[in-house]
Amino acid sequence: MKLAPNPRNIRWWQAGLLVLVFMLWHLLTKPGLVPPFLFDNDRQAAFFFGEPLVVFGRIWTWFVAQGDIYRHLGITLLETVLAFGIGTGLGLAMGLWLALSPMAAAILDPYIKALNSMPRVILAPIFGVWFGLGVASKVALGITLVFFIVFFNVYQGVREVSPVVLANARMLGANQRQLLRHVYLPSATSWVFSSLHTSVGLAFVGAVVGEYLGSSQGVGYLILQAEGTFDINTVMAGILVLTAFALVLDAVVGAIEKRLMKWQPRAGETEKL
Amino acid sequence: MPTAAVLDAALELAGVSCTFISNDAPGQRYTAVAGVDLDVGAGEFVSVVGPTGCGKSTLLNVAAGLLAPSTGRVQVFGQPLAGINTRAGYMFQTESLMPWRTARQNVQAGLEFRGAGAREVREQADAWLRRVGLGGFGDRYPHQLSGGMRKRTALAQTLVLDPDLILMDEPFSALDVQTRQLMENEVLDLWAAKKKAVLFITHDLDEAIAMSDRVVVLSAGPASHPIGEFAIDLARPRDVAEVRTEPRFIELHRAIWDVLREEVLKGYRQQLDKAA
Repeated sequence: MKLAPNPRNIRWWQAGLLVLVFMLWHLLTKPGLVPPFLFDNDRQAAFFFGEPLVVFGRIWTWFVAQGDIYRHLGITLLETVLAFGIGTGLGLAMGLWLALSPMAAAILDPYIKALNSMPRVILAPIFGVWFGLGVASKVALGITLVFFIVFFNVYQGVREVSPVVLANARMLGANQRQLLRHVYLPSATSWVFSSLHTSVGLAFVGAVVGEYLGSSQGVGYLILQAEGTFDINTVMAGILVLTAFALVLDAVVGAIEKRLMKWQPRAGETEKL
Repeated sequence: MPTAAVLDAALELAGVSCTFISNDAPGQRYTAVAGVDLDVGAGEFVSVVGPTGCGKSTLLNVAAGLLAPSTGRVQVFGQPLAGINTRAGYMFQTESLMPWRTARQNVQAGLEFRGAGAREVREQADAWLRRVGLGGFGDRYPHQLSGGMRKRTALAQTLVLDPDLILMDEPFSALDVQTRQLMENEVLDLWAAKKKAVLFITHDLDEAIAMSDRVVVLSAGPASHPIGEFAIDLARPRDVAEVRTEPRFIELHRAIWDVLREEVLKGYRQQLDKAA
C-alpha cells in the first residue's frame, strides 16, 4: 500500500492523526519527560490537562476492571434517545401542521421565533424543579433543543414540495391524508435527515448538561463529581467516552439515512440508462 | 368536427376566464384567458396550439380541476366540475413522478390511492410498464431512468387508471426529436386502442396536426381565446414521421400557420416589451 494519502488508506491516516494527537498530549503532560517551559514545575501540565495514559486507565477501570460506568452510560443514553425520539416526533408533527395551515403558522410565528432564540440551557434548573432530578428533567431539556432543529427543517421541507409532483398526486386521486403520507412526508425526509445529525448531538448535549446541573447518575454526573475533586483525568475520560458515543449515535442515524434515502441521486452516480 | 360529440362532450368549457392577481404588484391583475369556449367530444383528440405564454396550461389546469376559473362553466361528461376532475388523467410538462418511488411504485400510486387490492395493483402496473416498454425497469428510481423513460413511466402512471379524458401539457417538449416521435406514435397507438378523449397542449404545430382530429388556435395573451379551429382530415392510423410529408398535411399546416403566425409575432413582441 502506498503511504501517500489516497481514498483507500484514508482510515489509516485518520487513525494515525489520532495517535499523533495522543502522543503529543502524552509528551507534553507526562511529568519529567519534557522540561517545563510554560509552568513552574513539571507536575502542573498533568494537573491542568490530564495524562492520556491515566485517562485510558480510568476508561479501562470504568468499562472492564470495575465495570461501573454502564449504569451511568445507560442513563445518559436513555435520556438522549428519549429526548431525540420525542423531540423529533414533536418537531415532525408541528412542522407538518404549521406548513399545511398557513394561518396557524402566521399566528404562532412570533412565539416560535421567541422560543427558539431563548437560550434554552437556562431552562435546565427550572426543569429540575418541575420534573425532579431524575431522567425526566434531562429529557425535557433535550427535547427543547431537538424540537426546533427538526421543526424548522420539516417546515421548510414541506413548503418546498414540488408543486407539479403535488398536483400529479392529486390528479391520481390522493386525498389529504394520502398526500401527507405519500408526498409531504417523503419529500420532507431529506430535510429531516440533515437535521437529525445535528439533533442527535443536541439531544446528547441536553442529557449531559442536564446531568451536570443536577443529578445523581449519568456520565455528566461522573464528570461533575470528578471536577469537584480536581480529578482532571476522570473529566477527560468522561469527555472521551461521551465523544465516542456521540459518534456512534451519528453513525446509526447515517446508516438509517442511507437505507431510507436510497431513492436520492448521489453525485457521481453513473447508473443512468 | 362530429356534431354528436357536443351533446355528450367529454369536456366542455363555456365562457371560461382566468384572472390572476400579480404577485409583485397587488391590485394589478392579469387575465390569462378570457371567454374561452372549447369542447372535446368523447373519443376525440383535440390539440390546442398558441404562442408561448398564452395561457394554454391555464386552460388545462381548469379542465383538470386544479384551478377554478374566475368566470365560466366547466362540464365533464355533462356534469358540472367541482374540485379535482376525477375522470381525467393529466400528463405534466415537467417532472411529475414521485422521486422516492420506483417506476413500478409510481405507476401503482393512483391505484393505491383508490384503494385497489395489492395483487391487482401489482399486476396492472406491471402490465402497463411492459406496454410502455419498461418491463425490466420497474425497480428503478426516476433518477436512474432517462428523460424518455421517465415520460413513459408518467404515461403509464396516468393511463393505468383508465381515465376517460386525458389532458396532456406539452408532455414531450423536453425530449429529443427521435424519442419524441416514438412517444407520439405510442400515444397514438394507445389512443386508437382505447378511444379516449384527449386534450393535447403543444406549441409545436407539426405535432398538433400529426396527432389530432381537431386543432384549436389560441390568440396571444393576455386574455387569449380561440381564434381558429381546424378539422384534421388525415387518414388514420398515422405515423407522425411519415404523415408530415403528405400534401394534405402541408396544406393544413399552411392554413393554420397563417392564423398562428400573427399571434406568435404578437406574443414575441410582448415578451420583448416586458423585458425592456
